[in-house]
Amino acid sequence: MAFGSFRELLASSVDVGSLSAAALAREAEESGDSPEQVLERMDAALSVMERSIELGLSGEARSRSGLVGGDAALVARSAPGLSGDGLSTAVARALAVAEVNASMGRIVAAPTGGASGVLPAVLTTIAERTGAPRERTVRALVTAAAIGGVIAARATLSGAAGGCQAEIGSAAAMAAGAAVELAGGTPEQVGHAASFALQGLLGLVCDPVGGLVEVPCVTRNATGAAVALAAVELALAGVTFPIPLDEVIDTMGHVGRSLPPSLRETARGGLAASPTGRAIGKKTD
Amino acid sequence: MMRIRSLFDIVGPVMIGPSSSHTAGAARLGALARAVLGGTPCTAQIALHGSFATTGLGHGTDRALVAGLLGFAPDDERLPRALDLAKEAGLDVTFTQEDLGEVHPNTARIDMTDADGREFVVQGSSLGGGDVLVTLINDFPVEVSGELPVLVVVHHDQPGVVAAVTARLAADAINIASMQVARERRGARALMLIETDGPVPGDIADSLAAIEGVTEVRRVPKV
Repeated sequence: MAFGSFRELLASSVDVGSLSAAALAREAEESGDSPEQVLERMDAALSVMERSIELGLSGEARSRSGLVGGDAALVARSAPGLSGDGLSTAVARALAVAEVNASMGRIVAAPTGGASGVLPAVLTTIAERTGAPRERTVRALVTAAAIGGVIAARATLSGAAGGCQAEIGSAAAMAAGAAVELAGGTPEQVGHAASFALQGLLGLVCDPVGGLVEVPCVTRNATGAAVALAAVELALAGVTFPIPLDEVIDTMGHVGRSLPPSLRETARGGLAASPTGRAIGKKTD
Repeated sequence: MMRIRSLFDIVGPVMIGPSSSHTAGAARLGALARAVLGGTPCTAQIALHGSFATTGLGHGTDRALVAGLLGFAPDDERLPRALDLAKEAGLDVTFTQEDLGEVHPNTARIDMTDADGREFVVQGSSLGGGDVLVTLINDFPVEVSGELPVLVVVHHDQPGVVAAVTARLAADAINIASMQVARERRGARALMLIETDGPVPGDIADSLAAIEGVTEVRRVPKV
């Protein structure tokens, strides 16, 4: 993966006008595919995301354990929308994809299966609310992937290595940055949005009840989407974060390495170790 | 640790959930084992190690491995029904939980037989993000990632076989990306693994099989 830092990605964007253009050019160069082919493939990924949202909202995706499923439909139907429709829409969609993932349906890892709901939820919601054409949404996915690539290069995207901050935190950073580009923000604002999302989720532990990608993973996709939306508002208002994104990412990596193994996907700590979490874990064995 | 080569390693892979390591990676391991055998096995004894053994069932690791053995891609929506579909396909699968020693936590060993009763063993690990590494084929330690097509050439350990095989590939302008050679013991059965940049056509594989000393050639595609 070409970009080892957001700073380098930002510098490359100066000549071409946007982070997605810079990332697209580099991907085409390294893969040997044309930029059009890369965009086609990303468009196909967006279609899979959209189908997984639809399937999840239908309420038909239920996990084999019975722990999750049907809540995306419940939110879509019954959430009061007290914070506006954008939030409830994104939350419902994040749950939808995460429920499809937990029920062995088809999703796009973004960056992982467990965190696959955040990016499609935030991006499709912001696309609708800004009226952005599909082609720009596809390009925003390229920006999301480029941000995730920097995180992978500097820290980790794996819950086993860095806790949930590496999965949901990274997904929220990717989503917030991509949404800011989609909404017409500057490349610098994309970086601030990603920083706001990641700093808000620093330290988040990975504690899957019963070792399953269900509780609390599914609802963490919803809260990850909410954090991303807050980050988008901050960045587009012109608020800046004083610590550069690369350093926020490095910090996430350090924090991840200092988390005890019990809080890194082993299901031996956090909610997995709560009395009810243990009881559920026994039942699903 | 997963390898990042492309934007599609971050937004992607497209996969059946819930886990890129325990589901998508397991499906790719199964697919590699199938390719080494040369088709759908008749029997498969699958030993699950470490995290595959402890949290595999909840992540559909069992069904994903079998889906791969049946030739399904990691994003094939039949994957959750793979155990039932295996029965229909005449594939008899059994699972055990085993300690396979000092190996990656997400490791499986697949002992397979084909229709002619020939036995093949493939052991491999799921490294994260859907990346895999086959580490053992029969008794031979190997490293196969499935990112490039691989020729598996079983031959007698005798002088000239390796040279004849590579000369034949060179004559057809097939570029070798990497090559591994191993043998059970001097003068016994040996194995060549040849990673190529592009797939090797069937007629060339057939001509390799006709080389003196070569007993079998398998084409393992990119998975």
